[in-house]
Amino acid sequence: MNTSKTQKHRADLLVSCVHDRAPDLIPALEAEVKRRGLEGEVKVVEAGCRGFCSMGPVLLIQPDGTFYVNVQPADVPEMVEETLVKGRVVERMTYQEPSSHACALYEDISFYSKQHRIVLRNCGMLNPASVEEYIAVGGYEAVGKALFDMTPEGVIEEVKKAGLRGRGGAGFAAARKWETGRKAEGDIKYVLANGDEGDPNCFMDRALMEADPHSILEGMIIGAYAMDAHQGYIYIPYEHTLSVKTMRNAIESARAYGLIGEDILGSGFDFEVEVRVGAHSFVGGESTALMHAIEGTVSEPRPKHIHTTEVGLWGKPTCLNNVKTWNLVPEIIGKGAEWFASIGTEKSTGTQVFSLAGKINNVGLAEVPMGTTIRELIFDVGGGIPNGREFKAIQIGGPSGGAVPASLLDMPMDYETLEEAGSMMGTGGVVVLDDRSCVIDVARYFLDFLKDQSCGKCSSCREGIRYMLEMLTNITEGKGKMSDLEVLERMGKSVKISSMCGLGKSVPNPVLSTLRHFRDEYVAHIEDHKCPAGVCKALIEHYINDQCNGCGLCLRKCPQDAITGEKKELHTIDAEKCIQCGVCFDVCRFDAVGVR
Amino acid sequence: MPKLKSLDELKKLREQLQGDIKARTDSSTTITVGMGTCGIAAGARETMHAILAELESRGMDTHVTTVGCIGMCSKEPLVDIQQGDEPRVTYGNVNTEMVPRMIEEHLVQGNMVDEWVVGRVEG
Repeated sequence: MNTSKTQKHRADLLVSCVHDRAPDLIPALEAEVKRRGLEGEVKVVEAGCRGFCSMGPVLLIQPDGTFYVNVQPADVPEMVEETLVKGRVVERMTYQEPSSHACALYEDISFYSKQHRIVLRNCGMLNPASVEEYIAVGGYEAVGKALFDMTPEGVIEEVKKAGLRGRGGAGFAAARKWETGRKAEGDIKYVLANGDEGDPNCFMDRALMEADPHSILEGMIIGAYAMDAHQGYIYIPYEHTLSVKTMRNAIESARAYGLIGEDILGSGFDFEVEVRVGAHSFVGGESTALMHAIEGTVSEPRPKHIHTTEVGLWGKPTCLNNVKTWNLVPEIIGKGAEWFASIGTEKSTGTQVFSLAGKINNVGLAEVPMGTTIRELIFDVGGGIPNGREFKAIQIGGPSGGAVPASLLDMPMDYETLEEAGSMMGTGGVVVLDDRSCVIDVARYFLDFLKDQSCGKCSSCREGIRYMLEMLTNITEGKGKMSDLEVLERMGKSVKISSMCGLGKSVPNPVLSTLRHFRDEYVAHIEDHKCPAGVCKALIEHYINDQCNGCGLCLRKCPQDAITGEKKELHTIDAEKCIQCGVCFDVCRFDAVGVR
Repeated sequence: MPKLKSLDELKKLREQLQGDIKARTDSSTTITVGMGTCGIAAGARETMHAILAELESRGMDTHVTTVGCIGMCSKEPLVDIQQGDEPRVTYGNVNTEMVPRMIEEHLVQGNMVDEWVVGRVEG
């Protein structure tokens, strides 16, 4: 084998997002590279997720750093000819910064340059199917460091000094969990990785498992050593087929090198791990529900006055962490607690991965230091709001999080500050709302989602969601009463305190936070029968103003044939026929359609 | 595949494998070859292959990359060498035979080959 430090190929083509969007892209690239005689000179790599969902499939050419977006098989011949043969950039394939101009280089794109990628360090950079590539960047050396240079207590102490908090949502101190697990009596102990990501619009755990599976395994081995566990399980919902495949392949290839199994690296420490696949549900990510699922019973939570670190999976001491938490462990052991603790805020150290969705230009995964302000995340990294519309709020923390209004744009995002604002960090799901999004409608949407996700065990959660949903639906239909607001508030608070698991405790958050920050919108719906955002269909009316030049576009697009008018003359909407679908508003190029 | 029996074996394996991903990791030195039509016609591809082979045989930690036409067609193939914050040095009419001396003197010994240099640009 060659021991050269020289790059083997003069360019690596790192291709992301091919699985769903462009299964033919890699074969097309390989064929064209071969046709142009560039084989052996240029390497095509199927890299994992690079997190830029709105721009995929994306292609990064290293070492030049040329970055292409929305790459299709049809673009391949031109790209290979221009960039790989002639060394020129194909302008039309580069990323256009929403605020300024075209960006040809990866490092110039603000979506990436303003991130601090630790969890996502290898995502999109390495071939997830290759343990060799992971080893080449120093992978599994943190396992070596822990096994040979550190005691189990020393590992826990290091994680404690780093201030690592669980990335699954609650932000519980990882070292405390590990410590209890270590001290718990029992000859058999388990470590579990939680890959059951349940929030709608959240996709970071899946992306991580698909793009960098070995970092998760490496963290689990270190955690198992710290707790004296020798068996691990990774729980993944069956729908995430690529995650399952990638994790299983990673386990097998790590085992082939003796990095998993008996006597790891000759240290005498044994560790086995396997993937467990189960049904996907929101509550399934709750720790006790997940353990039930691995045991093969119904995925429902149980009371937790006895901690799972003492009595967990099959009644044994068990330590469960989110896949992102495990992923951070090798970095902390490798680079040291001080390095990690120097990033973020005092109580929330390190970084947080946010999945940006909704009314934002750069939809995707973005990792920034804890304590970054909402403004920096949404406008600097996220590229701001599309179509020049106004920022209204973010719903952060998934369905169990809450809305944070524009007035708090400069609020730093960390566990405590978000909780004070009536929201929560959760796993970092961010849905951006603009001035055309109705917060009550969004809260109603989340309750509608949660209605089906509640396991039904606690009546407060099961019935509470239904009543709150009914009230919100009434309000969005103009049938609400002012007294509803007080009932909603009281009911929300009692559901919070009388439900057993984390789902029930956080279910009322979308309602309570919008009531707190957007009470005037509730009042507008109830007293004025108006939806200020123009969303709630029962309360709005579309009309055409005198900006109309009679182009006829809305007339042709209207699904109800509710628009009439002669060419080049003012059109009108027949209110009887109109279903307030908003198609006319969306298609009009002259701002001639209004909502009242 | 043999199982790794110690941390040293793992580190040795990393040494062997790092060339595969070198294009993706940082390097303080970058050699850039002009690949305009004029460059290719003057033999830039052959020059680049010679550079890659020379670096590989010496096991050097250096990036090799390409750019389009630089606009000095008579001096093609043009090769730039950028080391850290040093000024970027451009060599002209670089054919395959010149490559070993250019790499030996410039990169290994740290002396520019003055007679072949056509320009220097402050980084």
